[in-house]
Amino acid sequence: MAINALFRVDPKSGLQYHRDAEMLMKANAVAGVVFLLLGGVLALVVALTRWPAVHLLSADWFYLTLTAHGLDMLVFWIIFFEIAVLYFCASTLLRSRLATPRIAWLGFALMLIGAITTNVAIFQGESSVMMTSYVPMGARPPFYLGLILFAVGALLGCFVFLGTLVIARAEKTYEGSVPLVTFGATTAAIIAIFTIASGAIILIPTFLWSVGLIHYIDPLMYRTIWWGFGHSSQQINVAAHVAVWYAIAAIVFGAKPMSEKVSRGAFLLYIMFLQLASAHHLLSDPGISSAWKIFNASYFMYFAMMASMIHGLTVPGSIEVAQRGKGFTKGLYEWLRKAPWGNPVFSGMFISLIGFGFLGGISGVMMGTEQLNMIIHNTLYVPGHFHATVVIGTTLAFMSLTYFLIPSLFKREVAFPGLAKWQPYLFGLGMYVFALTMMGAGTLGVPRRHWDIGFAGTAMPYEFPGAAYLMLGLVGISAVLAVIGGGIYILVTVWSILFGKRVEGAGYSTKQTQLKMAAASAIEAHGGGAGAMSAPGTFTLALVFLTAFALYYFINWKYLSQVWGLS
Amino acid sequence: MSAILPPSKRIWWKQPLDKIELTWIAIAFVWSLLLFFMMPYWHVFGKQNLSNEAYRISAENYQKKTQEVVDKYTVRDETDQKIPVVHPPPGADVYMIARLWQWWPILELEKDQSYRLHLSAMDYQHGFSLQPSNINLQVVPGYEMVITVTPNKTGTYSVVCNEYCGIGHHTMVSRLYVVDKK
Repeated sequence: MAINALFRVDPKSGLQYHRDAEMLMKANAVAGVVFLLLGGVLALVVALTRWPAVHLLSADWFYLTLTAHGLDMLVFWIIFFEIAVLYFCASTLLRSRLATPRIAWLGFALMLIGAITTNVAIFQGESSVMMTSYVPMGARPPFYLGLILFAVGALLGCFVFLGTLVIARAEKTYEGSVPLVTFGATTAAIIAIFTIASGAIILIPTFLWSVGLIHYIDPLMYRTIWWGFGHSSQQINVAAHVAVWYAIAAIVFGAKPMSEKVSRGAFLLYIMFLQLASAHHLLSDPGISSAWKIFNASYFMYFAMMASMIHGLTVPGSIEVAQRGKGFTKGLYEWLRKAPWGNPVFSGMFISLIGFGFLGGISGVMMGTEQLNMIIHNTLYVPGHFHATVVIGTTLAFMSLTYFLIPSLFKREVAFPGLAKWQPYLFGLGMYVFALTMMGAGTLGVPRRHWDIGFAGTAMPYEFPGAAYLMLGLVGISAVLAVIGGGIYILVTVWSILFGKRVEGAGYSTKQTQLKMAAASAIEAHGGGAGAMSAPGTFTLALVFLTAFALYYFINWKYLSQVWGLS
Repeated sequence: MSAILPPSKRIWWKQPLDKIELTWIAIAFVWSLLLFFMMPYWHVFGKQNLSNEAYRISAENYQKKTQEVVDKYTVRDETDQKIPVVHPPPGADVYMIARLWQWWPILELEKDQSYRLHLSAMDYQHGFSLQPSNINLQVVPGYEMVITVTPNKTGTYSVVCNEYCGIGHHTMVSRLYVVDKK
């Protein structure tokens, strides 16, 4: 066992925190929330500009704030929080000291400097190039430099995570295999390393191009490699928030995976195939063959989608099994009706899971189909989809986890519990309407990243149908609701951490106890679940999902068959 | 708490599967294959597919080729900027330029006739978005995409830019006419 490492045990959850890891988790989580606050303010002004009746900002400010909103949310908020989740899953869950805390602090500093540098570059103007910064449109050099520094810092964080796994194994801090949640976090870390490498491969030359050392960057090459960073970073989120779903099911219900083999196998499919999906952004590009597009956009025969469908069943399935074990066995859904809907840790996680599957998952497969992509490419449908995956899926899952971390990690009681109880509903359901109406507007052809769909002052304006304006109005209203929900999250979190009532617990000591294997459940004691039908309610829900999926998918083929012939 | 604890058995990969998990995996697998084979199926039997034809080209050369077609087939011009309206014969190669912040020229096509439409960008990336059909293609500088289009309805269409291309992005909108056969 390590010398000089200090640990404390959280009395309620029994989790053991290493002091260095604890400080790092706090720093990363707090930095994440600060960028969430910034990104949230930007979200509000962007949405109020796209709401035609309000049309708040001028064109230059709209494009500037949209660039900052994209990077602050999709990159800075989420990756800061993910680094905290990685440290939690390695150090806290495995009861191990964190590897090389000093390097972890260096990584944090680089991330923070990078994020600030890029933000300053954007707000100075002349870098309103959107998150994607497609060449040959150029930003000022600090824009790229900040992203590169951030990426290097995040990479150090991933290595600290992997190093901690090595230490935990070497020092035998746990029995048997790592927990499923740690396995999922490892998946996220592996995807993150691939993602960050792709980002470095394209952003370093682009930085050199911006300072004049390289003369030409091929725009198609840029797109191909940049999306290895841009899309894959959202795949880190998928792996991370699925791990968080499993963690919350375990924390709230004591749920265990229906089977370790299936859930871990599904994570393995993510590692192997999820990254191929960066091809989704190239489906309407010239110069890339259909064979390449079909192979990659389908994550090799949709094996990664299959993995998500498996998690979508096993996470609620594990909750159902746990609830039935507690006696909620009436009918198909007593286990769900009697779930703690007033506990934001659970309600947020469940709203995240349903929204991710029904809204984000189905739309993602539709738009990731080679031919169907043509009828939504670059329309508002695209941000509609990824707000369902990244905001409802990832951000809401992280918010739910925060309500657990405030007492456990920050040792504070959650302030304003009444507000906190309603927060996931307001934020989640606001985002449901937001994502749906954005997709609706996209189906009607409304372009993304567009300041004025009225085309004022042009000689040949296009008149969008009234329904498109209605959709954009609803986008604006639901965005305001969701931003209020997000604001409540930040208020509760910040207030709890600064002024919340302290939770008393044991002090720090060098005492470290080994993590024991889970007790075998009754089902296993009877020789395994073969032949049993342990989660019929979840299975029925899954069939509803499949029906919605199939209907929506084929409706879009029908729609495609009615447009111009293209070949 | 077990998803956050080590599995209860060291040899966890031999634990038998639950029946509903197994059924769901089988369903998901079949569904995955179906989704996958829909794409090649549509390439063979569907009528809306992207072509695989594309070339590298410089902005100057593309401009020159477009000008030749415009000189040959212009029937009138429109707007204060006198943008030519090009009515090519069915089956012809037609060119469209995307540049800051304009689509050039305006095309007039005949219903149920096929044309080889060429698209390229002169400066930044642009997005060809045909409304209200909602057909959307990425237009990349340095690359010339060739796609055979067959309009199936007459009317006045619009071409909107849906790839962000700078401060005037929202002013990049043009027309496209589809008329009955003459």
